[in-house]
Amino acid sequence: MVLPAGFMLMADFIHVEQLCRRFDLSEPWLARMISGRPKRFLDAVDDVSFTIERGKTYALVGESGSGKSTIARIAVGLLGPSSGRILIDGHDLHDRSLSEAEHRRTRQRLQMVFQSPYASLNPRWRVGNILAEPLRTFALVDSRQDERRRVQELLEQVGLSASDARRFPHEFSGGQRQRISIARALASRPDFIVCDEPTSALDVSVQAQVLNLLKELQRDLGLTFLFITHDLAVVRVMAHRIGVLKAGQLIEEQATTELIASPQSEYTRMLIRSAPRIRNQNGSAH
Amino acid sequence: MSTEKTLINRFRESDFLYDFKRSPVTVVSFVIVMILIMLAVFADLVAPTNPFDAASLNLMNGFTPPMEPNAFTGETFVLGTDDQGRDLFSAIIFGLRVSLFVGLTAVILAMVLGVSLGLIAGYRGGWVDSLIMRAADIQVTFPSILIAMLIFGIARGLLPPHLRDEVAITVLIIAIGLSEWVPFARTVRGTTMVEKEKEYVQAARLIGLGSGQIMVRHILPNVLSPVLVIATITLALAIIAEATLSFLGVGAPPTEPSLGTLIRIGQDFLFSGEWWILLFPAFTLLALALSVNLLGDWLRDTLNPRLK
Amino acid sequence: MTDSILSVRNLRVVFPHRHGALVPIDDISFDVKKGEIIGFVGESGAGKSMTGAAIIGLIDPPGYIDQGEIWLDNERIDQLDVSAANRIRGRRISMVFQDPLTSLNPLRTIGDQLVETILTHLPVNADEAKRKAMAGLEEVDIDPDRFNAYPHEFSGGMRQRVVIALALSAEPELIIADEPTTALDVSVQAQVLDLLKKLCREHGTSVILITHDMGVIAETTDRVAVLYAGRLAEIGDTHQLLRHPQHPYTRGLIASTPAVEYGDISTELFQISGTMPRLDALPSGCAFHPRCEQALNYCASRRPDLQPDGVACWLYADG
Repeated sequence: MVLPAGFMLMADFIHVEQLCRRFDLSEPWLARMISGRPKRFLDAVDDVSFTIERGKTYALVGESGSGKSTIARIAVGLLGPSSGRILIDGHDLHDRSLSEAEHRRTRQRLQMVFQSPYASLNPRWRVGNILAEPLRTFALVDSRQDERRRVQELLEQVGLSASDARRFPHEFSGGQRQRISIARALASRPDFIVCDEPTSALDVSVQAQVLNLLKELQRDLGLTFLFITHDLAVVRVMAHRIGVLKAGQLIEEQATTELIASPQSEYTRMLIRSAPRIRNQNGSAH
Repeated sequence: MSTEKTLINRFRESDFLYDFKRSPVTVVSFVIVMILIMLAVFADLVAPTNPFDAASLNLMNGFTPPMEPNAFTGETFVLGTDDQGRDLFSAIIFGLRVSLFVGLTAVILAMVLGVSLGLIAGYRGGWVDSLIMRAADIQVTFPSILIAMLIFGIARGLLPPHLRDEVAITVLIIAIGLSEWVPFARTVRGTTMVEKEKEYVQAARLIGLGSGQIMVRHILPNVLSPVLVIATITLALAIIAEATLSFLGVGAPPTEPSLGTLIRIGQDFLFSGEWWILLFPAFTLLALALSVNLLGDWLRDTLNPRLK
Repeated sequence: MTDSILSVRNLRVVFPHRHGALVPIDDISFDVKKGEIIGFVGESGAGKSMTGAAIIGLIDPPGYIDQGEIWLDNERIDQLDVSAANRIRGRRISMVFQDPLTSLNPLRTIGDQLVETILTHLPVNADEAKRKAMAGLEEVDIDPDRFNAYPHEFSGGMRQRVVIALALSAEPELIIADEPTTALDVSVQAQVLDLLKKLCREHGTSVILITHDMGVIAETTDRVAVLYAGRLAEIGDTHQLLRHPQHPYTRGLIASTPAVEYGDISTELFQISGTMPRLDALPSGCAFHPRCEQALNYCASRRPDLQPDGVACWLYADG
């Protein structure tokens, strides 16, 4: 189903339309011929549709195997859908009819912050080069000087200093590495950033710093976020809207405070119940 | 750690140098290899004579034992002479040069070929990977000497006789290099397959970089450390391979003898009493191959990622 | 001291290093009462896992216990020889690790592994051991029919339950659980923690629960010790500590943890400035002072002792 342009709300920046992604988990052909077993598929994403307003954060919540990471990867073009599509301001990354230039323009508008602070930065590259790479790829700077200036700007924007450009990733802590990842994501001045569990691997106090940074950047730069997480408490302070995924299907979606206050499905209720609570301990807890 | 350190200072204070200094075997091996390389590089300056200049040879000098004056000419040679009056010391140094040159170049060829194929196989996966790996599997079932001989033989058959000697060294290098690429390819493929899944590669794909760019700029720097170890050990193998081929008469030409050739020459005279013609080249070869091997072993242990 | 199953006094662990020694645990003292669940909370590098390793005697060389005493029910256990240490390990103190995949031997059935542990530590015969193993599986809500199943046939949460059954099988006095639920989904996490709590109450086993998650502490532990840079910042009753945290670090930790019960987009999470110092660059005096908003003059020069009320901070010291 293709929505005519006029039907799309101006405020809706990201449209996920009936997205499906199936993985072929079958045994190799020869083994199947011999054993006679049928092909096996996994519907990691099963008919998921939702929209994200410009400048807002939409959280996809689910447990492992829910499909949230798969959707994240399809959104930034690392994976293709089996059917359905994701539109970024009306453009579809996986549309074969697009020209190379149009494709590149769309790519420039999206970025991703990954979960692992250790694997998301090339250990052999200096931080300055890691940040400069998107600048060079999209030809956003004219000279070495210009590049250095922009790298410095990016580092300062995430709370690091210009001298950090000369260092290697292993010289930084986990929280600082995530900041570098965020700086890299900002380099091409994207409109849409997918954050895939960006703080799951971080300590609590560091998580607070990184989450506050992300929110500040959203305010200052008007960014739209798709925030993937399993932690409902984090969602509460980060997202305007939540979608709950279970086994590839979007079973519920709602504005954050409403969903947590009155969840519609049993699964959501279970998720909310299981979230650990620090405060509100009454004496009868034990 | 706020002040920036120069490269030299960082190296001086590194764990790498520290480990090196702590292992006497390694230091000795390194010294031996360095001495041999220096001798080979500066052969022209160090060698007392040019053993391949037929005009300077005096047959009467033949079979002179080491450090003894010749019965006829009264000249003394540190390591003695061979059947044609060649100073063995000079011959060994020049032979060392050939052995090292062939060994090093062959390893570089094997490395470039193996690393490239390994990267492609690991990154691309699918049928490309299967093809390359099956080729590797097939090659490995044959002893590398046989493969080298095969390539050498084919080349010789194809070339007209007057070119054979000139091109012999090149063919030798290609033959040995082509027979040693597999360990590089397999190791690099494994590491590539691991690195390819890491998020920094995803980040590069995200901005639209092509496979080639990602393989060379991002993955290659991260797969190189085991390559250095394999290269060192393969160097020892290549040196031995070259010596074997030359010994069998299918390697270095008589105009540019390597250590292997000298060993072949010396072999004829071992049991007639002129032991030095065989033993000195053989010892040199042993020292070279063993030292390189030990260095490689140490490198492998020291570059092993350790817990921080 | 009589109702404590474990007593640690002035424990100090040292890792010699080329550039000087690193001290991941520096003068820690605490007790674990019989039957209680005590939490060890701290961020990465605080030394909580190292404390567990020290107690059970599993510190990797070149690290070693430089100073201090560890007492298990009035017996000293930090200076035992190998065979004596092996009798304690697994039998009187057992451990639950974070990753159930690597804690279980993939090549043997879970029943086998349970029986082997029981036979190693308890004076029973094979039949009795099997009976106990089956009972152990039932206790952790795993169908005893799955006695002959292999670890890979179970989900993560079930595997962790098998690991708990293993830990309890030799009837230990103390279990050290190092981040037992960090690798599990949130819904499964709650189940596993409830199970651990219930069983330890029933068996009277004490638990040291090591985690970085305050929520896990709040829901599972009786008392909690907060570690920072290898030192004890605060220790006390869980409810008390969570309601009225004293040490500025504890306050900061609790304030930075987002809550699921309240807050929204406009909430700005409290953040402690800076990061935990590296072991080779520890600040002088109180390790937390560079990040502390309430630091006093002498916090930089003198390290605060642990006060009787359980907090190591100059703000609360008498005199």
